[in-house]
Amino acid sequence: MEKFETFTGIAAPMPLVNIDTDMIIPKVFLKTIKRSGLGVHAFDEMRYDRDGNEIPDFVLNQPAYRKAQILIAGDNFGCGSSREHAPWALADFGIKVVVSTSFADIFFNNCFKNGMLPIVLPQEQVDILMKDAERGENARMTVDLEAQEITTSEGEVIKFEVDAFKKHCLLNGLDDIGLTLEKAAAIDSFEAKARAERPWV
Amino acid sequence: MTAPKTLYDKIWDAHVAHEAEDGTCLLYIDRHLVHEVTSPQAFEGLRMAGRKVRAPEKTIAVPDHNVPTTLDREKGIDNEESRIQVEALDRNAKEFGIHYYPVSDVRQGIVHIVGPEQGWTLPGMTVVCGDSHTATHGAFGALAHGIGTSEVEHVLATQTLIQKKSKNMKVEITGKLKPGVTAKDITLAVIGATGTAGGTGHVIEYCGEAIRDLSMEGRMTVCNMAIEGGARAGLIAPDETTFEYVKGRPHAPKGAQWEAALAWWKTLYTDEGAHFDKVVTLRAEDIEPVVTWGTSPEDVLPITGVVPSPEDFTGGKVEAVRRALDYMGLTPGQKLTDIEIDTVFIGSCTNGRIEDLRAAAEILKGKKIKVKRAMVVPGSGLVRAQAEEEGIAQIFQDAGFEWRLAGCSMCLAMNPDQLSEGERCAATSNRNFEGRQGYKGRTHLVSPAMAAAAALTGRLTDVREMM
Ligand code: SF4
Repeated sequence: MEKFETFTGIAAPMPLVNIDTDMIIPKVFLKTIKRSGLGVHAFDEMRYDRDGNEIPDFVLNQPAYRKAQILIAGDNFGCGSSREHAPWALADFGIKVVVSTSFADIFFNNCFKNGMLPIVLPQEQVDILMKDAERGENARMTVDLEAQEITTSEGEVIKFEVDAFKKHCLLNGLDDIGLTLEKAAAIDSFEAKARAERPWV
Repeated sequence: MTAPKTLYDKIWDAHVAHEAEDGTCLLYIDRHLVHEVTSPQAFEGLRMAGRKVRAPEKTIAVPDHNVPTTLDREKGIDNEESRIQVEALDRNAKEFGIHYYPVSDVRQGIVHIVGPEQGWTLPGMTVVCGDSHTATHGAFGALAHGIGTSEVEHVLATQTLIQKKSKNMKVEITGKLKPGVTAKDITLAVIGATGTAGGTGHVIEYCGEAIRDLSMEGRMTVCNMAIEGGARAGLIAPDETTFEYVKGRPHAPKGAQWEAALAWWKTLYTDEGAHFDKVVTLRAEDIEPVVTWGTSPEDVLPITGVVPSPEDFTGGKVEAVRRALDYMGLTPGQKLTDIEIDTVFIGSCTNGRIEDLRAAAEILKGKKIKVKRAMVVPGSGLVRAQAEEEGIAQIFQDAGFEWRLAGCSMCLAMNPDQLSEGERCAATSNRNFEGRQGYKGRTHLVSPAMAAAAALTGRLTDVREMM
């Protein structure tokens, strides 16, 4: 996994509540065998009409937001299926950070596993960021994970919370598997003991 | 003396390979089941990192979600992307040396039916699969959860899962079921009572006389839908019914190992006085044959009821019910038995086992269907073979059902078996979400016997009138 470094990027406003994983990536795109390449289908049904033409009103189709790296979203972002295609699609599009008042549990965890940072903030602060994001291309925000701060285009600093372990993993680009393999000795000895106690398994 | 433990506590404790200070555990996984939809990226990840499958002998793969279920399927899969997924699984199974049941194998079927059938699922195990209905295996007293693709890769590489312990919840069904009421009605009634978030953060143990009385097939149906109740997993303590089912299966222990296994399995029950964080009790006598009327599995009513009105609900549910009734094309006050059905689907990991087919055939015997389309998709090639041997296949065909090959089929409509816009289906599967069985398709979840009854009358029907 790539290390999560401080960056300054464009934030897109998506105030809709309950954006579910089917909206992020519709079921028809679950048939891929790769993690990459889903970015063009992110938000497919909101982004394109049935003939595949872009819907100009959709925020990520607007010139100012085509290169957005941050989403400022409505409540309960990412509800629905456990399939990881939703975070893959967002990551492939180029999204690094999603801010909302709340996230669905599985989606929230899946973000970290894919190098993305979901940030939970109280409504008033999401409102501030939403307003800033609505100002378009000039609204470049800076996300500093080390300091746990988002800085708006006007220099206002908003602090956020993040699980210490997850932060450590993101900052150092550590994936879960690598971390678990560091505990290989514990797994080996558990396996030996289990084989003796329950040899039929 | 140690504190009394629940069944979940006991299985959990027997599988913790490492515990960090904050309570995060590495849970050792005894069986990893794999299918074609959620695994390609996991194998791709292993390959990219130069990693191997740690315990290929504990890893079992079978294609099910995408496979065609029509009789001509050996000619191959038309949809290119579906074909690529199945071919990727063929290749990955071979490359990484895991157990595999290809489409051409008579043992192929829905992963949650194949595992128990082949004796891969045993009491006291930890079982995972990249699929939410892994809960099914809990019927054996195995701790079984669904996982995402990153976790599939994690289990492949390390044979462990990073987990925090869930809470304990008890669902007790006291007394005896009335005639015509089945395991499916129990599990739907429980979700109706607790809601789809009722089990969130918990592992449910189902117990009580009505659960004890169920066959293994029925217990699998109950645990299968623990996930629709929001739970992480469902469990039923193993007993003689379980041991009887497991004995002699291809991968079940034999001889002295069987005796040793049995001795441990008999310790797998909740101790007297163990603590549950949440308890729900239903009386079996109060459960009627049920159907779903809406687009969430919690939208459940007895078949004798009428379509509710949004005003019967409060909070956010009012709007959700309005939307659901609109989607389903129903009017408040309409009798459920007046709802006309176009299609009947019998199958899925909820109700695709031999007992389910027997129950439906019992109702259909010597009669003809009135719906446009009806199909039976056995849960595995072996279920199909057994049904043919018992003459059940013939009953279905004589009644006008299509007799299909094994797979997930119309349960999630990733293969060509789909509802068309506005088409209404009585289905024995587990999800009635918008679009689940096809774009704008309408689903009513029912038991196999109720599905058969609907097929005969062309409308939702109380199966008890036909018994
Ligand atoms: S039958 Fe349906 S619920 Fe079961 S594994 Fe297949 S798609 Fe999932």
